Amino acid sequence: MTEISIGRAGAPADPGLLREMARRIRVELLKTVAHAQGGHVGGPLSAAEILATLYFHEMRIRPNEPDWPERDRFVLSKGHSSVALYATLALAGYFPLDELRSFDTVDSRLPGHPDMTALPGIDMSTGSLGVGLSAAVGLALGARLNGDGGRVYALVGDGECHEGAIWESAFVARRFELDNLVAIVDANGLAQFGPAADVSGDRRGPWEPGELEDHWRASRWHVIQADGHDVLALVAAFDEARATRGRPSVVIARTIKGKGVSFMENRWYWHSRVVTPDELALALTELGEAA
Amino acid sequence: MNARTKTATVIRSRAERTPGLTLREAFARAVADLATDDRRIVMLDAEVGNSTRADIFEEAHPDRYFPVGIAEQNMLGMAAGLAATGFIPFPVTFAVFVAKRSLDQIRVLIAQPRLPVKIAVGYTGLMSGMAGKTHQPVEEVTIMRAMPNMTVVNPADAVEMHQAVRAIVAYDGPVYLMVYREALPTLFTDDYRFELGRAVTLRDGADLALISTGPQSGRVLEAAELLAEEGIDARVIHVPTIKPLDDELILTAARETGFVVTVEEHSILGGLGGAVAELLAEGWPTRMRRIGLRDEFGASGPNDALLEKFGLTPRRVADQVAAYLVELGTSSRMDSRSAARSGDRTPGR
Repeated sequence: MTEISIGRAGAPADPGLLREMARRIRVELLKTVAHAQGGHVGGPLSAAEILATLYFHEMRIRPNEPDWPERDRFVLSKGHSSVALYATLALAGYFPLDELRSFDTVDSRLPGHPDMTALPGIDMSTGSLGVGLSAAVGLALGARLNGDGGRVYALVGDGECHEGAIWESAFVARRFELDNLVAIVDANGLAQFGPAADVSGDRRGPWEPGELEDHWRASRWHVIQADGHDVLALVAAFDEARATRGRPSVVIARTIKGKGVSFMENRWYWHSRVVTPDELALALTELGEAA
Repeated sequence: MNARTKTATVIRSRAERTPGLTLREAFARAVADLATDDRRIVMLDAEVGNSTRADIFEEAHPDRYFPVGIAEQNMLGMAAGLAATGFIPFPVTFAVFVAKRSLDQIRVLIAQPRLPVKIAVGYTGLMSGMAGKTHQPVEEVTIMRAMPNMTVVNPADAVEMHQAVRAIVAYDGPVYLMVYREALPTLFTDDYRFELGRAVTLRDGADLALISTGPQSGRVLEAAELLAEEGIDARVIHVPTIKPLDDELILTAARETGFVVTVEEHSILGGLGGAVAELLAEGWPTRMRRIGLRDEFGASGPNDALLEKFGLTPRRVADQVAAYLVELGTSSRMDSRSAARSGDRTPGR
């Protein structure tokens, strides 16, 4: 089979392409959740550049041969952002874009959380927060044992890093020196609800400033800071991770929940909320897309 | 009578039932032996390798033995990742940590995707080296039976363990394998052939059927021999695969004997007793009793004392069965048997 998308890691990135793919991921995921009248919104929007950079630059994959054993693998540990991954996979050619309209319907290959037994291109079933990274540790060890050079990318939420299981996995990945493992923290700073802030109607984030970085450093991972909406910064972060030997890397990607749609940005209540037809039209206009 | 209900010729005589290898040693040796030719097999150990005898595997295949620390949740998830890259992982630790603490990882990452992870648990049943109720997983079968896609295997002796390990490696799906610490009397001759999903009749009998699993089956066979001295002819069925259950053999035993008693080193709520009760209630309603822990946790103490306390020694099982028969009354028992023999109800056919 031909490789229609082989990892361009190390090659010059095309920032225009990556920005356009991130925009299209947002467009497709918003149409999808609006059509389904359900699903998550804020977290998927914050992950668009991360997914675009992984699937259209960094990862070594074959969308027309999704089970290619030597591929790089992706684990959506923050599984509730499934709609962003589905949009990305459809745009990468794993399945027709039209199929996004089946999201969250019974017997769809696109359930609320990713199912590796249902949809080609899903490398691991996830959904319960905290468990995905442990599977990524196993995938990374498996790739090393197979000697195929496969790298593993796990997208975790900053709120998800409250889960104790994350830190078990952090410890074990360091113990086995899994330098083919990269965790990306989608640090949108909002989680789902969080403690009330001093300002009325506002909520506080899952971590104090610097606290999350301290945790990963204490686990002796290589910590990389990046603007999670700057595709070139993400490309550079993944390059740095690939050059790091003897320990896993984590990219703390600073993001904005609801990014790309003004009335959704940094609004905690857009974690999961039904998008009305009017809101969709407004959002698509902001994203430069005719409704 | 179904051919499979005949007394198995692969059962050792009472005098020949000497202790063999401990089940944990039989387990680890079997996995290590298979792994010599099967490079897919790897073992993960949550810091209890000297107790589970994962150390036997470590010595044979150090490159495929992974000490993953006292971090069971990660271990089970890691096993899923390894399975997804083509390996057959055996994560090994104590049952209480697997069946509860790592349950979410098992559910989402192993059972839902049906990945071939072979979860092997030590400290199963009551015999947990005097560690007491914190380490006695008396509800593990209930939990694992309820888990869709999970197969639950509980071998009785070292001969069966050796064969069960081969069978679960050949099976492409998740398995929960219960591995006792002890050296227990060997029940089976080398001619025995374990089949996943098949129960085996250890002793024929017409008055009632005793159904058990794991090493408790050996004690139940002894109980049947005690009952024989009292003129009670008990059939003994050993269920090494608790899920999927061997419906046919159990329904046949219920039809032919009319009274069923399950015996297990486990809670009677949802364990083997629960499984048999569910089967019979729908398939062939039969008088039955369940022997095991009754909505209670275990206790600290030597194995013999624990078996005595919870009514699981051969003598205690025999006495309870005899009392049940008195309670039921011979006439009702005979009525049930004659009704069964009339053959006018043949559920499942």
